[in-house]
Amino acid sequence: MASLWEYANPRKFMTVSGALLPWVWGIAAVCLVGGLVWGFFFTPNDFRQGSTVKIIYVHVPSAIMAVNAWFMMLITSLIWLIRRHHVSALAAKAAAPVGMVFTLIALLTGAIWGQPMWGTWWEWDPRLTSFLILFLFYLGYMALWEAVDNPDAAADLTAVLCLVGTVFAVISRYALVFWNQGLHQGATLSLDAEQNIADVFWYPLITALAGFGFLFLALVLYRTRTEIRARRLKALIAQERMA
Amino acid sequence: MRESCHLPLDLSMGYRWPAMLLSVTDLSCARGSAQVLAGVGFSVAEGEALILRGPNGAGKTTLLRTLAGLTPPLAGRIDCAPDAIAYAGHADGLKAQLTVEENLRFWAGAFAARDIAPALDAFDLHPLADRRAGEMSAGQKRRLSLARLLVTGRPVWCLDEPTVSLDVENVGRFARAVEGHIAAGGAAVIATHIDLGLPNARTLDVTPFMAKRLRSDDPFGGDPFAERVG
Amino acid sequence: MLGLLRRDLTLAFRAGGGFGLSLAFFLIFATLVPFGVGPETMVLETIAPGILWLGALLACLLSLDRIFQLDWEDGTLDLLATAPVPLEGVAAMKALGHWITTGLPLVLAAPVLGLLLNLPLPAYPWLLASLAAGTPALSAIGTFGAALTVGIKRGGLLLSLLVLPLYVPTLIFGALAVIRGAEGQDATTPLILLAGITLGSLATLPFAAAAALRVNLR
Repeated sequence: MASLWEYANPRKFMTVSGALLPWVWGIAAVCLVGGLVWGFFFTPNDFRQGSTVKIIYVHVPSAIMAVNAWFMMLITSLIWLIRRHHVSALAAKAAAPVGMVFTLIALLTGAIWGQPMWGTWWEWDPRLTSFLILFLFYLGYMALWEAVDNPDAAADLTAVLCLVGTVFAVISRYALVFWNQGLHQGATLSLDAEQNIADVFWYPLITALAGFGFLFLALVLYRTRTEIRARRLKALIAQERMA
Repeated sequence: MRESCHLPLDLSMGYRWPAMLLSVTDLSCARGSAQVLAGVGFSVAEGEALILRGPNGAGKTTLLRTLAGLTPPLAGRIDCAPDAIAYAGHADGLKAQLTVEENLRFWAGAFAARDIAPALDAFDLHPLADRRAGEMSAGQKRRLSLARLLVTGRPVWCLDEPTVSLDVENVGRFARAVEGHIAAGGAAVIATHIDLGLPNARTLDVTPFMAKRLRSDDPFGGDPFAERVG
Repeated sequence: MLGLLRRDLTLAFRAGGGFGLSLAFFLIFATLVPFGVGPETMVLETIAPGILWLGALLACLLSLDRIFQLDWEDGTLDLLATAPVPLEGVAAMKALGHWITTGLPLVLAAPVLGLLLNLPLPAYPWLLASLAAGTPALSAIGTFGAALTVGIKRGGLLLSLLVLPLYVPTLIFGALAVIRGAEGQDATTPLILLAGITLGSLATLPFAAAAALRVNLR
């Protein structure tokens, strides 16, 4: 019987991801260009924040994807620990640098946005600080992957770190709120839409968000394919040495 | 109430065979992510010693670590009672700052044994009992490390090059310790290059099991990336 | 398993065991702070709670790589893994041993260093209580980090990189308890949250540490 787990086989994954990848790149490009152009040039300036508000189209999607990337790593790590699918572990490895860059973008755009708004580049606000800590978690996770020679052992150790790290990252998030009540504005997007920002900002933002999501997907697929090829190369070298 | 029929039938019909202590079937072992041995099969019964032979790098250490449960096997099965194996590897596992007696007492405690005197006797360690392990020669440390086996109280010894840095006299002591152990119903699997002088020991050469060539029934050797990925 | 704890403590107290190094580091750290920020009592008073907690945290961090590294190098860890003691228990005992040789002396020394840094009087009970409640978490988290990096040569720096982000909640609640105490407020809430983190870490992290050890041993 066909099951979802079939795609965890490296060859099957390479075939399917190879066919999907151009489409994912395409959707990502259309949504990104559409959302960002729409957002930057065809929305009115905010009456309080002026044109600086437009950085929201980069800031919010990258912040959302920074957190989602970590959750994707958590899920793929769990799949690796429970079902031992190599592709799953490699997908977690591939997602980490992408998530880290999204975190960095969220931090930088936040600083650029915050400077004119709050008069400071950096504020030890719980939300900002938790992204800084998330950034550190990404660094540690990637460093552990690099440090362990045996790929299966590295996958196991990083998966355990990801699990423990998630718990501590969540605790840190609440500890930071307790530590310093912030000045960051509340969540701009929520599904119960009453307090959502006006529709003129909302639609381009959602488009940009979809663009960042597909960009993340494309990058992770692409990087996972690279990791699989690297493992294949390793296996070939090992075979060569044995023969 | 009617008595139910128990499925595992007693096929021995009352005759007591020498109990099988360790039985290995079609075992594949990996070091790191590279498969080194494939299709290993042997069994060791009470009162038996099995000598593992093979060139350096053949996978004797990997096999012993797999038997000890440190490395999971790639394939195949190891049938053995739980907690039956005592493992001794290349490293002595001694603390330089502790005396011989303290080192041995620690391991006796870990294996819930009370008496360390027989172990000290077997390797003539009584005169050294108060010496710190850090002040001893490599051979003396080795003797202490082997004496540890006697306090484990476990039936199957898996030993990796146990006679390294032992002199002739102490190789003899070690051989007598192994003989005593198997005579008391134990068994031993020993990787070694020298002749231990154990009269009833069987020898297993691991060379035929070396995973040199990819076999047609298992072309991937447990590595999913050995297959063409496209 | 108590035998393991007894052995670790014996090793720590004998020559070359490294007992007291963390304490000395803590002292030096607290001494250097006024050189960095200036000798004004007002400044020292405000930063003393944070400095004392940071110092304790860094002193803990320094000795983490010894937890498993020596046992790994001399083969003891292989033998422990095949002995009839669960690795979870080994990890828990290692964490306890680390706390007794590092955390406990730091707790006891902190009030003295508090005097050096002009810590306000009402903060002392909170300092003792928060360090006593928080340093076990530092040891438990550190043991997990040490188990992750035990197979890595020169893994000390990596260990710090992995462990420090995990220390964030402990540091926040620990330092906050002392800060509130110094301001004469009641600091029960952060103290309880800190104790919660400690209990949670002690209950779960030995399992994660044992899992990491098993991976590193194979």
